[in-house]
Amino acid sequence: MTALGDILHLLFTANLWQATLAAAVLLLLPALGGTISERTGVVNIAMEGMMLTGAFFGVVADLAWHNVWLATGVAMLAGGLMASVHAIVSIQFRADQIVSGIAINIFAAGLTVFLVNRIYGLQDVGHVGQSELLPNIDVPVLDQLPFFGKVLFQQNIIVYVALILLVATQIVLFRTKLGLRMRAVGEHPMAADTAGINVFLIRYSAVITSGLLSGLSGAFLAIGVSNTFVPNMTDGRGYIALAAMIFGKWTPMGAFIACLIFGLGEAIYANNSIIHVSQYLLSMLPYLITLIVLAGVVGRSTPPAHDGLPYIPGAE
Amino acid sequence: MTDSATNAVEMRQIVKQFPGVRANDQVDFSVRAGEIHALVGENGAGKSTLMNILYGLLRPDSGEILINGKAVHMAGPRDAIALGIGMVHQHFMLIPVFSVGENIMLGREPVSGAVFYDRGQARTSISELTKRYGLALNPDARMGDLPVGLQQRAEIVKVLYRGANILILDEPTGVLTPQESHELFGVLRDLVKGGKTIIFISHKLKEVLEISDRITVMRRGKVVGHLTTKDTNEEEIATLMVGREVLLRVDKKPATPGLVAMKVENLTANSDQGVPALKGVSFELRAGEILGIAGVEGNGQSELMEVLAGTRKASGGHVELGGRDITTMDARTERDAGVAFIPEDRRGAGLVLAFSIAENSILGRERTSTFSWRSIVLKLVAIRDWARRLVRDYDVRTPSIDVAARNLSGGNQQKVIVAREMEGRPKVLLAAQPTRGVDIGAIEFIHRQIVKERDGGAAVLLVSAELDEVRSLSDRIAVMYEGKIVSIESPDTPEERLGLLMTGGGARAGAA
Repeated sequence: MTALGDILHLLFTANLWQATLAAAVLLLLPALGGTISERTGVVNIAMEGMMLTGAFFGVVADLAWHNVWLATGVAMLAGGLMASVHAIVSIQFRADQIVSGIAINIFAAGLTVFLVNRIYGLQDVGHVGQSELLPNIDVPVLDQLPFFGKVLFQQNIIVYVALILLVATQIVLFRTKLGLRMRAVGEHPMAADTAGINVFLIRYSAVITSGLLSGLSGAFLAIGVSNTFVPNMTDGRGYIALAAMIFGKWTPMGAFIACLIFGLGEAIYANNSIIHVSQYLLSMLPYLITLIVLAGVVGRSTPPAHDGLPYIPGAE
Repeated sequence: MTDSATNAVEMRQIVKQFPGVRANDQVDFSVRAGEIHALVGENGAGKSTLMNILYGLLRPDSGEILINGKAVHMAGPRDAIALGIGMVHQHFMLIPVFSVGENIMLGREPVSGAVFYDRGQARTSISELTKRYGLALNPDARMGDLPVGLQQRAEIVKVLYRGANILILDEPTGVLTPQESHELFGVLRDLVKGGKTIIFISHKLKEVLEISDRITVMRRGKVVGHLTTKDTNEEEIATLMVGREVLLRVDKKPATPGLVAMKVENLTANSDQGVPALKGVSFELRAGEILGIAGVEGNGQSELMEVLAGTRKASGGHVELGGRDITTMDARTERDAGVAFIPEDRRGAGLVLAFSIAENSILGRERTSTFSWRSIVLKLVAIRDWARRLVRDYDVRTPSIDVAARNLSGGNQQKVIVAREMEGRPKVLLAAQPTRGVDIGAIEFIHRQIVKERDGGAAVLLVSAELDEVRSLSDRIAVMYEGKIVSIESPDTPEERLGLLMTGGGARAGAA
């Protein structure tokens, strides 16, 4: 009874929701990337690896050049480069996209650990100085709103960027010419090709975009939320983003809702010191909710018809 | 053909080599402006390759293409579209989850504010087009919800929207009912009157003769004949297509029906969607006869065959095989009792595509002592001997019995199934769409085998969407409509009457 009361009490604190949104954004960026990639028909389970690579190179660049913006750019670039490997392998060489994705995730985990040892020896990677972190920005006036001020307008800059990207992705996918073409490529690439649309260009761009977004999330994690690189610090977030994408039925808004649920779980877990429940039980919470929701409430989630299938022109 | 100025399309000496096969071998092909030109040939003759080259989907290894007298090079469909070429593919290039409007606009979308898809303007453009050509369509309907006839109409409107003057239609009637085909021909004639040029790909010779002005025949990658429609006939075209004389009519003696082999009483069953598909079907099938079931697809024929074969549960009624109730038997027990089944979905239900011909040839028979030791270890030598004999006797064209079924042509896949099913010496043969998508040569062969089976004393139940096939093979014709047999007719019943019965009319007139 007291545990339930504790959680209820926690749910009414602005701190919790502020943390929820930040945690959700870490997942949202790769989830948006995955949605973009899979809408054009390329399965991307390599967000984890792209994020991790982004996190590592972001820290390296920040430590080297002491410029957080440059570092963020490098992180995105690193994610984008990993994504282009996935794109070449799965679009050009028509390899199995799941296998390629797994390979990239394993490669990224190994590469970053190897480079940590290589560059920094066995000691600590080192900490990024306070002035070289992605800044928190309080929106003037609005941040004074009761409750919502803290939740929505006292956040890291990346949170604002992610929310803008969320709306933009939703609009691009479902309201624009480009989005219509992207979805057409994912549903029926030959129909798109015969309508004069460049299937390969769209797929490459989408996959690389997913890498850039995952890299950005990696930067947020390493030089925003924390201030250093720890091997395997993404801790499965790329995979959770993948689940959020499916949970959200391959729509940006749906994925965002899923990310909020996961984010809430993470935020509650982070506050476990004030709840009298085993922290291990608490850490299960969001995933338990997801399983229940996926099993019954959301209903069947249908991926784009040609998700995961390479396109061979002229082959019917 | 020296005045290429009047030719809308002229393809000269086109060569296209695929691994292991020369799909187009120095092909010359020309189409005059304003004509309906039929391109005919068996599967694999190179028709689709040639048209994919003309539409820019494939690039030829050599040869040249002239459109309206001018030499052109196409890097992709975009170039072909710009030249006024449009193609309606055999497998529709439509996106089921998109609206009709979005499908038609795709690739040439109207926009507002530079980037936003303009639904309102799309609607206006489509209603203009549909009015001009008399092709009614609702732009807001979901494409996947439309019947195939309307989907095809959307494909045609899509091509017209792109301003095409040369329309390529690849096997456009393959999926249509006779009524829909008839409508399509009306549309095509109107389009030609409006100044369009049409290339019509088909292997249905009757249609070709009905609709075209001139005909080009291809065989094994080469052009083997240029014909003028009014000076030719089915036999001549068929001979050119196959490379030997083909018997288009089924040659059979009158049936000598024996005892009742299968008796179906008041049979009911549901479709996959759970709605009643069979609403009380009764008939008797005798040894030594072919009972054909005519009907527009989707009136319960598929479900009937599946229930009889034991792959679908009946919800009521009885099926007797030689006096024994087999209503609730599963497919294996029925097979053992002497029922053979040629399913309509040969790639899904008839074969395991990844298996070799040898493996496919014993499916359903793998537990017998001929092919396995105590139903555990396969006797590979016996299986290979058996498969080799089947391939020889049933004329399956394949380099070896180890080839995966996936790599055979449709006709040869079907021959493997026919061989397997008929070699069991069945008492009852259930043949669903036995020649769908199969070449003329193979059709002739399969028809002969079915008749041979009948003459050997088997009872044959035939379902086919091709009315001609039902009429030429059957000894009696049962017409199915909305899950019931509405009438049993003799095979020389006029096509018009059968057509009427198939669409729910005429039953009362017939009874009166």
